[in-house]
Amino acid sequence: MTKSETSGVGRPRPADSQWPLWEVFVQPPGAEPHQHVGSVHAVDAEQALQNARDVYARRGEGVSIWVVPSSAIVASTPDDMGPFFDPGNDKPYRHPQFYKVPRGVRL
Amino acid sequence: MKKDSSAATRPQNDTVEYLLRLGDDRLVLGHRTSEWCGHAPILEEDIALANVALDLVGQANLLLSAAATAENAGRDADALAFLRDGMDYRNAHIVELPNGDFAFTIARQFLFSVFSMVQSDALQRSTHVDLAGIAAKMFKETRYHVRHSGEWLLKLGDGTDESHRRVQNAIDALWRYTGELFLGDDVERRVAQQGIGVDPSSLQPAWAAQAGDVLSRAGITTPDVAWMQRGGRVGKHTEHLGHLLAEMQTLQRQHPGASW
Repeated sequence: MTKSETSGVGRPRPADSQWPLWEVFVQPPGAEPHQHVGSVHAVDAEQALQNARDVYARRGEGVSIWVVPSSAIVASTPDDMGPFFDPGNDKPYRHPQFYKVPRGVRL
Repeated sequence: MKKDSSAATRPQNDTVEYLLRLGDDRLVLGHRTSEWCGHAPILEEDIALANVALDLVGQANLLLSAAATAENAGRDADALAFLRDGMDYRNAHIVELPNGDFAFTIARQFLFSVFSMVQSDALQRSTHVDLAGIAAKMFKETRYHVRHSGEWLLKLGDGTDESHRRVQNAIDALWRYTGELFLGDDVERRVAQQGIGVDPSSLQPAWAAQAGDVLSRAGITTPDVAWMQRGGRVGKHTEHLGHLLAEMQTLQRQHPGASW
């Protein structure tokens, strides 16, 4: 056998030898929206739910857990920063600034 | 009745005896489960097993506190946990066995947790007010233990050849220890008559049905056992308990009364 076949260098390795990654969202008590709290590795949905409960929900953090395969998350990229998120402060007509709130109305 | 050297620390009444049996099961299993901390196959499972251990030790704390109150001899839960010798412990053999491999740990966890779940469900109706409250908390926690260990049993049993073999070996080794959980003696019959406790023999059908369902779905067979191991309820233990207590009690015995 040649050296390159037996040595570790150059031998192909799986990109991630761990189980699939799942993102965890926990809803705090008080009917607020679910918050992203971190991630867990798991082989299937039931195990992801249990792992999330054991890692992220043992100290009264929440009342509901969502787990989502990380591969299902579609995210904006840094390149999108300008086109997506630059505020339109130079366009006052975009913001509801000219409306007078009647007395007694709570925002 | 023959006197023995533990007469000075033998509980005086059935309620104390019964609460010690309940508490010691969970204290010993909690300690065994905690031995996985830092050694589990994956990080999430390390945390999961630590959670289970914390639940069990918390249950033991409540049960041994209730036992100390019922005993009314100046001892508290810590004194019962850390200053009794092995022959005064009242746990069943199954919880004191060494952890073995992950399959053995999960199989033992599952078999005991189904028993504990069925037992604590029934004890919610105890006429002993403290015990009924403790049982309600135990029932909630133990339902998760059953769910967690049951899920692992399915994955391992219906998994690779190696994982299946390890689970089958574990169940084959453990089955002879399951009978003790349902052996009722006069103590349990008397506390059941008073409505304080539950005769464990009445729990066996529900346990067999629930445990059997998961095992068959996992493709695991249960062996025929001619003789069920027993003796823990009267202080006759395996050789493993002494070593466990030596580790668990060493700090309190070297530094009596030490606290955080």
